[in-house]
Amino acid sequence: MDAPQLIKVTIDGREVHVPPGTTILEAARQIGPEVAPPAMCYYKPLKGSGGKCRACLVKVTQGSEKDPRPMPKLVASCITGAQDGMVVENYTNPEVVNARNGVVEFLLINHPLDCPVCDQAGECHLQDFAYENGLATTRYEEERRTFDREDIGDKIQLHMNRCILCYRCVYTANQITDRRVHGVMYRGDHSEISTYIHQAIDNDFSGNVIDVCPVGALTDKTYRFKSRVWFSKPVDAHRDCDKCCGKVNLWYKGDEVIRVTARKNQWGEVEDFICNTCRFDKKQTADWVIEGPTKVSRASVISANKYGKNVIKKTGFGLEYAAHHYKPIDDTRPYDKNLKEIKQSEDYKALMEKNEAFFSKK
Amino acid sequence: MGLKILTEHIDKPGIETFEVYRKHGGYTAVEKALKKMAPDEVVEEVKKSGVRGRGGAGFPMGMKWSFLAKPEGVPRYLVCNGDESEPGTFKDHFLMKTIPHLLIEGMIVSSYALGAHKSFIYVRGELMYVIRILEKAIAEAKAAGFLGKNILGTGYDLELVVQPGGGAYICGEETALLESLEGKRGNPRNKPPFPAVKGLYESPTVVNNVESIANTPWIVNNGGDAYAAIGIGRSTGTKLISASGNVKNPGVYEIVLGVPVEEFIYSDEYLGGIRDGHYLKAVVAGGSSVPILPAHLILKTANGENRLMSYESLSDGGFATGTMLGSGGFIVMDETVSVVRNTWNFSRFYHHESCGQCSPCREGTGWMEKVLERIVHGHGNERDIDLLVDVAKRIEGNTICPLGDAAAWPVGSAIRHFRDEFEWYVRHPEEATKKGAVYMPQNVLV
Ligand SMILES: Cc1cc2nc3c(=O)[nH]c(=O)nc-3n(C[C@H](O)[C@H](O)[C@H](O)COP(=O)(O)O)c2cc1C
Ligand code: SF4
Ligand code: FES
Repeated sequence: MDAPQLIKVTIDGREVHVPPGTTILEAARQIGPEVAPPAMCYYKPLKGSGGKCRACLVKVTQGSEKDPRPMPKLVASCITGAQDGMVVENYTNPEVVNARNGVVEFLLINHPLDCPVCDQAGECHLQDFAYENGLATTRYEEERRTFDREDIGDKIQLHMNRCILCYRCVYTANQITDRRVHGVMYRGDHSEISTYIHQAIDNDFSGNVIDVCPVGALTDKTYRFKSRVWFSKPVDAHRDCDKCCGKVNLWYKGDEVIRVTARKNQWGEVEDFICNTCRFDKKQTADWVIEGPTKVSRASVISANKYGKNVIKKTGFGLEYAAHHYKPIDDTRPYDKNLKEIKQSEDYKALMEKNEAFFSKK
Repeated sequence: MGLKILTEHIDKPGIETFEVYRKHGGYTAVEKALKKMAPDEVVEEVKKSGVRGRGGAGFPMGMKWSFLAKPEGVPRYLVCNGDESEPGTFKDHFLMKTIPHLLIEGMIVSSYALGAHKSFIYVRGELMYVIRILEKAIAEAKAAGFLGKNILGTGYDLELVVQPGGGAYICGEETALLESLEGKRGNPRNKPPFPAVKGLYESPTVVNNVESIANTPWIVNNGGDAYAAIGIGRSTGTKLISASGNVKNPGVYEIVLGVPVEEFIYSDEYLGGIRDGHYLKAVVAGGSSVPILPAHLILKTANGENRLMSYESLSDGGFATGTMLGSGGFIVMDETVSVVRNTWNFSRFYHHESCGQCSPCREGTGWMEKVLERIVHGHGNERDIDLLVDVAKRIEGNTICPLGDAAAWPVGSAIRHFRDEFEWYVRHPEEATKKGAVYMPQNVLV
């Protein structure tokens, strides 16, 4: 059989050849993280995921070779199939940047911003997403919606305030555990992830909902407040398990295994789900065959112990950040509108110097 | 009185029964279609008629039908959308309860045209009594041999099922409706695939509004060309308008498309004018989702032409100075109505009804509602107005289903056309929040 004809897609000016049926987002990932749209709900291993958070919106400026018309609206790249000759703008399109900025704002208005006490901080996709695509300020003055914390089973805690309703855990519960007791109740911003009538999840694979959660809404109770993520070091390890693949990351603090998680790829996706025995019960080094330190991207918080300036993609972020740190807030200042003008001002240059100093000090 | 296609026999006593309906020419379209026409011929007539979907979007019905995929060995479905929950819209409800057999006849003809053998009428869950009326009518039609196996001896089988809705506005969105019909949570699906390819139970499906389907018997009886001759331009046929608000005669009207808006509001044949001693301030012409227009723009387009009750004329000028025919929910407001309060009210509705899947709609609808609530209660500030515009813009077009747009448009348009009233609320909160306070924009009242 012939290999399928590849199609050509151009994303932010860079070309890639992919098999037909590939989504724009997957094509962008093949080029690399510089052009890959952020994804807060799409999760490749979970069927049907994606399309909800709208973080991955992109502009299609040419539909295909055959039909070069642009698409009228921004499209969710995680669920939109690439066409031959398609031209996509991601970080290079101001409309996309603005819409994504909006998505960050929307996701944060009801978020408690309790990163200092959240176990997910440091490996939280919402933190990364907001840091890379958002503004340092909020325009939201209203009350945030709140929920009570809830234990689902003795090992997992649901912190609904932090949830961004990506539905990943719902798909996980649906697709890899056999008795589904986990879903979404109510509507709109009152929607709640819930186990049916507070029925505890007890299932050998239920712990995976923790790994797929992009934020700190589902956390591991056995790891609760044990450490900040960046003070622990991940190690690849495996064991013979009769239920799952047994391939995991052990998270060490000193000599102690404080947490066991499934291994994740570059995009934060679990490819082999693990069972609860491996996750919750095997916390001795002796339980495992150690393979070596996990490869962690240099830019990541875990490796650097902080967010570095190298992760900032958005122009103007530093300016706003510095402005809000060093100056009283002036609402009339047209940050977005006249960036060019501002950039030429003395004011800006002074700010940029301070900005530089701020980051190099850290 | 203009020509009536749907409501001609509406006043006949007992029209809800099979017998009376039949006596007035009912079910002749079924006989004609099943005995004398091939399914494709029926589709062709509907195409020729130019009838456009009456559920809100106005998509040509014949074209939608011709997109239906027809793979071998896979069932096809017709689903009638009777969820009608848009504020200001109450025409389908009226039609189903007064003349249920018209819809059933339309369902039979349409199902035949599409090759469906099991069809569904999804009725808003709150309307249990209407569901009973429909079920009774279906039983009558079945007893008379117009439903079930081998209809009229033609070999065509059709089962018609009435399904009570899930009690949510969002279940009126066609893909949410299909999810709900499948017994799931009514979340809209990502498109593509469209229902015409993968709809109910992953099979090709057509979803049409009650009024759209109710037009098909007339089209079969009189031909598509005759239908296309009614109305104006690409707005063919008649349309049910459910009128409410500060007019003398609110109610459901069947109008020939193309009637001038001015005539519709002021003539005694229709709404009879604004209630005595008051003035027209604003109109929401097609259900709560469409942009609100001030009096001078609803009566005349920006070019000074008379505005007509048609798809094209109402949308003349785009969103800058126009609106949409939408579902035909015509809400008239006089000068005592506060546009700001009304916008808050609409916002409350969309906040309440967002399914919560996509972040812009889930979070944005709540945000807009809260800001509007603050303004209405005298706690707004000048920045809030621009904030609302910006939030609405960031929702619009960025969501899975059009509910996000529907939530953004009323807010955007109210500020576009009534900004001075919003400013009055934030600058003079004591005055604006006084009971019975009325803002008088001198130049736009008619
Ligand atoms: C939030 C939302 C609610 C809707 N509610 C209804 C409804 O109650 N009734 C209806 O016929 N169409 C409704 N629609 C439109 C349907 O999605 C669909 O376009 C329509 O049923 C198609 O029928 P038509 O082509 O005959 O108009 C709604 C759409 C949206 C986005
Ligand atoms: S736009 Fe609103 S109602 Fe529609 S799918 Fe998104 S969240 Fe649900
Ligand atoms: S990742 Fe595409 S919409 Fe969430």
